[in-house]
Parts: sequence; structure tokens; C-alpha cells
Amino acid sequence: MLIKEIDQREIEKNNGSKDKVKQGESGLALLKYLFVGLFFGIIFVKAEIISWFRIQEMFRFQSFYMYGVIGSAILVGMLSIQIIKRFSIKTINGEPIQIKDKKFNKGQIYGGFIFGLGWAVTGACPGPLFAQIGTGFTVVFVSLVSAVAGTWVYGRFAASLPK
Amino acid sequence: MNEFLNWVSQPWPWYIAGPMIGLTVPILLIIGNRSFGISSSLRHVCAVCVPAKIPFFQYNWKEEIWNLMFVTGVFLGGVVAALFLSNPETIVIAESTQRDLRALGLTDFNSLLPAEIFSWEHLLTLKGFFFMVVGGFLVGFGTRYAGGCTSGHAIMGISNLQWPSVVATVFFMIGGLVMTHLLLPFIMTWVGF
Repeated sequence: MLIKEIDQREIEKNNGSKDKVKQGESGLALLKYLFVGLFFGIIFVKAEIISWFRIQEMFRFQSFYMYGVIGSAILVGMLSIQIIKRFSIKTINGEPIQIKDKKFNKGQIYGGFIFGLGWAVTGACPGPLFAQIGTGFTVVFVSLVSAVAGTWVYGRFAASLPK
Repeated sequence: MNEFLNWVSQPWPWYIAGPMIGLTVPILLIIGNRSFGISSSLRHVCAVCVPAKIPFFQYNWKEEIWNLMFVTGVFLGGVVAALFLSNPETIVIAESTQRDLRALGLTDFNSLLPAEIFSWEHLLTLKGFFFMVVGGFLVGFGTRYAGGCTSGHAIMGISNLQWPSVVATVFFMIGGLVMTHLLLPFIMTWVGF
């Protein structure tokens, strides 16, 4: 398979926003994402989602907590997207909201499984890694660097992996 | 004000935290037409720092700086929560989980992460190498291969009724279950618990 083709597919899949008009969003305009992230990070910590123990509880089916968090997050996300679509709600800049569809490939199976293995080890998906470092577990920075390395190695060999 | 701070300093229940996380989806769409996702940030870091002429990292990452701002915010959120809103009590973990983890050799259940694994002094041991270096690598490699993580697939993708995201989420769970129930007991003995 052509590298270019895979790359294109990846770009479409990951950056749902690729070909939309969003030029000129820089400097101060980008700060709003920092604030949303901040809000999000606080929830992560306060809900103890960043806890390694919570993830263990989840994978051992010994607490409903994480299922409640993820389930209710999906429910609210789903309702919100339905409302946005139904009423054609626009962005604050007046653009129509566009969400790219996810295309199926075997990466979701192999990659998903590999990520699952790592999730149970680090007790964190990528978001909580950032928040864990923030709360003072500075050694998790090493996990984060290793995750960047994992991403890089995937990118390096993407063309030859089954998809 | 003090009462308010006391209240937010408690751990938040799932029915508050979950919906608030879900709200991130419409907020990002409305403020900038951005699809919620976090693991892409790791790819952008590669594209910015070590693209090494690899096609997968050749794209206009300047368009994606928002995502790096977002994760910087998540980091700062951790700082703010730890400094100003931290819970005075220790984390409450299910009895059964504590029992299972004790059987595997863990003894300290006081902080968000087990200090007997996640600390600098253990980094250069087999234990630290496995839980931090190998674990992190699997997370980074797996999420990119899957095209997303818990946020991009499980929350954003399923919210948008994308069946490939359901497949990805099911395999996240399968991977986690295999590690927790089949592999961890051996690995933990092997790394010195």
C-alpha cells in the first residue's frame, strides 16, 4: 500500500478539521483552547480519573465509577452533537460545524488492543498522562516521552503495518 | 467562598464529572470547529520536533497547534487542582480491588498513583522500566495505530455514532482486560513484586 495513501487516510481520520477554513487562528485565539484544557484537566483530577487505581477497578469490574464517567460523557456528547446537527448550530465565527466520519481499518483492532494493554499498565490514556504530571507525579513525564516515542515508531513503520 | 472551596475539594461523583467531560465535545466544536481528541497531540509533537522526513509526520502541524494548547491546559489543570482544590482525604478504592492488588504485591493505596511504582527512584529498576517506559510506549504506539484514544474514539467517535470507534473502544477494553487479568500477575512477579 502506498505510504501516501495511508498518510492521507490518517490525516482525514485524525484531523477531522483539516480542510476547513480556520486560517488566522493564532496567538490569543488559541488561548481559548488552553482554558478548555484547563477546565478538562481539573475535572480529570477531581474525578480521580487520572488514578491508576480507578483504571484497575474498571478493568476488574469492581467499581461502576469509570463506566459511569465514560458512559455519561458519551451520552452528553451524543445529545450535544444531535442538537448541533438538528438545529444546524454554527461556530462562534459563523462557520457550519463539520465532523469527519471515522473510516474503519484494522488499525482500530490491532492498535486498539495494543493501547488497551498500555492503558492497564500506565493507568492512563494520553489525556490523564498530562494531568498526572501536573499534579506532581513528575516521573510520568518519562511515560509521556515514551508515548511520543511510540507514536514516532508507529509513524516510521506505518506503511508496513497491517491496516 | 470557603464552603465552595470545601465542596469542590471533595472528589466529584461520576454523574458530575462524566457530563462535564461530555460537554467538552460541543464546546470545542462551537468555539473552533475542533473535534475532541488528545492522542493526536503526540503526533503533532513528533511532527514539530522529529519529523525525520517520515511521510506520516509531513503535514501542516501549524493548523493543529490548538491541540497542543489544549493538552498544555490539561497539564495546567492538573497543577491547579493539586495546588488549590486537592482532596484532604486519601483516595477510596474498592475493597476487592485493594485485595487483588495486595495479592500482586502492592501495599500503598494512599495516592492517586501507587508510589511504589511511579516515582523517580524506581524509574531505573525493571519495575519502573515496565510501568513507565514500556507502558507509555504501548499507549503512544497503540493510540496512533488505532487513530485515536479514549477521547477521540470512545467519547468523540461514539458520540458521533461512528461504528469504527465502537470497534476501537471494544479492543481498548479487550487489551486492558488481557493485561490486567492474564499478563500483569506474571509481569509483576517478574519485575520484582
